[in-house]
Amino acid sequence: MKTILKSTIALFAILAAFTSCNNSGKSSGKSGALAGNVAEKVYVAPGEHDEFYAFISGGFSGQLSVYGLPSGRLFKVIPVFSQDAEKAYGYNEETKPMLNTSHGFVPWDDAHHPDISQTNGVIDGRWVFINGNNTPRIAKVDLSTFETTEIIEVPNSAGNHSSSFVTENTEYVVAGTRFSVPIPQKDMPIKDYKGNFKGSLTFISVEPEHGHMDIKFQLIMPGFDYDLSHPGRGKSHGWFFFTTYNSEEANTLLEVNASQNDKDFIAAVNWKKIEEYVNNGGGTMMPANYAHNVYDESTHSATSTMKKEVLTVNPLEVPGAVFLLPTPKSPHGCDVDPSGEYIVGNGKLSANLTVHSFTKMLDAIENEKFAGDAYGIPILNFDDVLAGSVEQPGLGPLHTEFDGKGNAYTTFFISSEVVKWKLGTWEVVDRQPCYYSVGHLMIPGGNSQKPWGKYVVAMNKITKDRYLPTGPEVTQSAQLYDISGDKMELLLDFPTIGEPHYAAGCPADLIKPRSKKIFNLEDNQHPFATKNEADTKVVRDGKTVHVYMTMIRSHFSPDNIEGIKVGDRVYFHVTNLEQDYDVPHGISMIGANTSELLIMPGQTETFVWEPKQEGVWPFYCTDFCSALHQEMQGYVRVSATNAKTPLKWSLGENIE
Amino acid sequence: MKKSNIIMLIAAILPLGLFLFPLWKITLEAPQYPTPLGMYIHINDFSDAHPHDIKNINLMNHYVGMKYIPEAIPEFKIFPLGILITSIIGLIIAFKGNYKWFLFWFVLMMVLSTAGLYDFYLWEHDYGHNLDPKAIMKFTNPDGSVMGFQPPLFGSKDILNFRAHSYPRLGALFLGAGMACAFIAYSMGKKAQKKRLNLAN
Ligand SMILES: [Cu+2]
Repeated sequence: MKTILKSTIALFAILAAFTSCNNSGKSSGKSGALAGNVAEKVYVAPGEHDEFYAFISGGFSGQLSVYGLPSGRLFKVIPVFSQDAEKAYGYNEETKPMLNTSHGFVPWDDAHHPDISQTNGVIDGRWVFINGNNTPRIAKVDLSTFETTEIIEVPNSAGNHSSSFVTENTEYVVAGTRFSVPIPQKDMPIKDYKGNFKGSLTFISVEPEHGHMDIKFQLIMPGFDYDLSHPGRGKSHGWFFFTTYNSEEANTLLEVNASQNDKDFIAAVNWKKIEEYVNNGGGTMMPANYAHNVYDESTHSATSTMKKEVLTVNPLEVPGAVFLLPTPKSPHGCDVDPSGEYIVGNGKLSANLTVHSFTKMLDAIENEKFAGDAYGIPILNFDDVLAGSVEQPGLGPLHTEFDGKGNAYTTFFISSEVVKWKLGTWEVVDRQPCYYSVGHLMIPGGNSQKPWGKYVVAMNKITKDRYLPTGPEVTQSAQLYDISGDKMELLLDFPTIGEPHYAAGCPADLIKPRSKKIFNLEDNQHPFATKNEADTKVVRDGKTVHVYMTMIRSHFSPDNIEGIKVGDRVYFHVTNLEQDYDVPHGISMIGANTSELLIMPGQTETFVWEPKQEGVWPFYCTDFCSALHQEMQGYVRVSATNAKTPLKWSLGENIE
Repeated sequence: MKKSNIIMLIAAILPLGLFLFPLWKITLEAPQYPTPLGMYIHINDFSDAHPHDIKNINLMNHYVGMKYIPEAIPEFKIFPLGILITSIIGLIIAFKGNYKWFLFWFVLMMVLSTAGLYDFYLWEHDYGHNLDPKAIMKFTNPDGSVMGFQPPLFGSKDILNFRAHSYPRLGALFLGAGMACAFIAYSMGKKAQKKRLNLAN
């Protein structure tokens, strides 16, 4: 009887929250004069540039999209973990190795949390890191080319979710597993999960000059689910914090069985201590098998290397490095404020928001005030580390970001709103509805010591009536709020690709001046590059044919090729001879089981064509490049396998 | 050394600035080129205003059948030699000559510069009018004659979708300043001579 009463009250509360959303929505809709003012705030006049870049993950699209703020205009979709026919990523020979894993070619992933590199705790705009959740991977996108240039697979991990956040000098990008699994993997009963499955927290070092990634060590933790993470910063630099759920270590019906404990944990990891331990020869090298894929800008090509071992660390080997902070109930977001003092645990089933104090945590550790341990890892007392809690701010807290002015902004999934509250006093100062069911939110520079607290972007899971309908699947969306004043103000809705899971943003001026316009043809080190028309050729090697082709407005060289035979494997290595900004050319071949190529000025790309039928088959430029784009075409004559047609090619004259 | 001779000395040296700075610049503006295409003309070379500009000018121009801007033209050998020789003559005059010779040098430079400009005009005319008969795009003037694409010798002009600008640069200024100095040296020399004659009277 009691439970029925309770759930009725809860249901009522949820309904009330939704109702209140609608009310406030309507009231803001009424003020027409204000609406005009709002439009002005997001209006970026034709030819003008946005103030901020926003990199919004595509979630299950496996990609990363580039938007401008405040306009919400989409500029580019950067393929990361998914093949993209538009750019030939994952289709051309050069980028296929990027999607190699220990499971083979995996041309999709679930891209969740982008994070921009930092120097001295401030966003530097050099790279964006993003995690592949499904087949654990971390990717690096170079912001001079807006291309994915490195992907490292994470062994001993499953559901790479608490990623990919960077420390304040980009020393490490972290990859925490969501699912615990047998480490190393083996055939065993699932019911024996408890005590046998383990969770790995992987620290990937980033070489400061070129950003080269390498797994430095893996911390092998108890078999909880590791949900999200954030680096310490400022005073807590050197620590990393991970929320956990399923501290019950259940393995079935988790919605019930992982929601039993009143408190789960935030795992506090002193990575500097572990780094020191590892640098002194600590840790255990474990056999592993994982891919490390690197794209080289000078060869315009990626290589994939399989790595065979990984350094693991048992937390018990490094006393004083790992502690557990009890946090109510199944915390999701784990967010550290810009000063590094406050660690916000967003207990998604909790009525209150829990905020831990870094200073109190250090105190408790120093005085060894432990409440017990989990598999030997000390658990601190909840009351000893609690800085304060925000009472009843909303329903279903997920994530918190900070404006750098002493305010925090938390999203509430169930009550569908962003709530602004004050650090230190823990009082709620404002709230704004979201349409609807908000997940992450983003303030440019959010994961740094210096947020640009002018806007917050809320990323919503449901839009229903907000846009023109497009069948059962409607767009997910982001909403932009102005947070420069005391009260938040909703400025804009804009649709997003896939699921806008999380985002990272920074002032445009950090990236714009460094953006590449062309690739220098002289610097092109592609093994099959052709740097001028005179060097174009077609070379047969058994049943393999290499076409060394060039393209420039408005022709291919050669444009006629004869002597190709059914059953050949024909490689088109195509170099774009242009050296002018914004003049890519494309090429596609009839019947090729791949995408077109989209080749930037000075770049070489390759696709394979295996002709299966005799005939004369056309190819053409796929990117409208010039007044004579439509004339940019050519033919390949395909003869029977045993035919004597000589291999010949030409441009501007007939093949005799 | 007389004041006028010192100025003549400067006059003879100034044109050497042509070896340091470009003589002329042609700029092509079009909506598709937010950063205009540009080409510098030096005493002995063509150069890009921004990387690859000449290549991109060639690419644009081939549609109307204009030839590629050559890597080198014979003038690049003749002009530097001319400047060197006239500077040496200027120096000799500055040390040995009187004001009448300054005028001679000034006139010599005027004649040579005019000849140079005329040569430049001829080259531009050929470049803009001697079109490939198989040109992809053919344009005619309102009177039916074949449209030329000659950039202006001096000033600005619309050519199809481009606005072309052609103006002297620092090198030309050095040359001009040198010639002006020679004329000043001549005037001063003449004035001084007059004074001396007056005194003698
Ligand atoms: Cu084309």
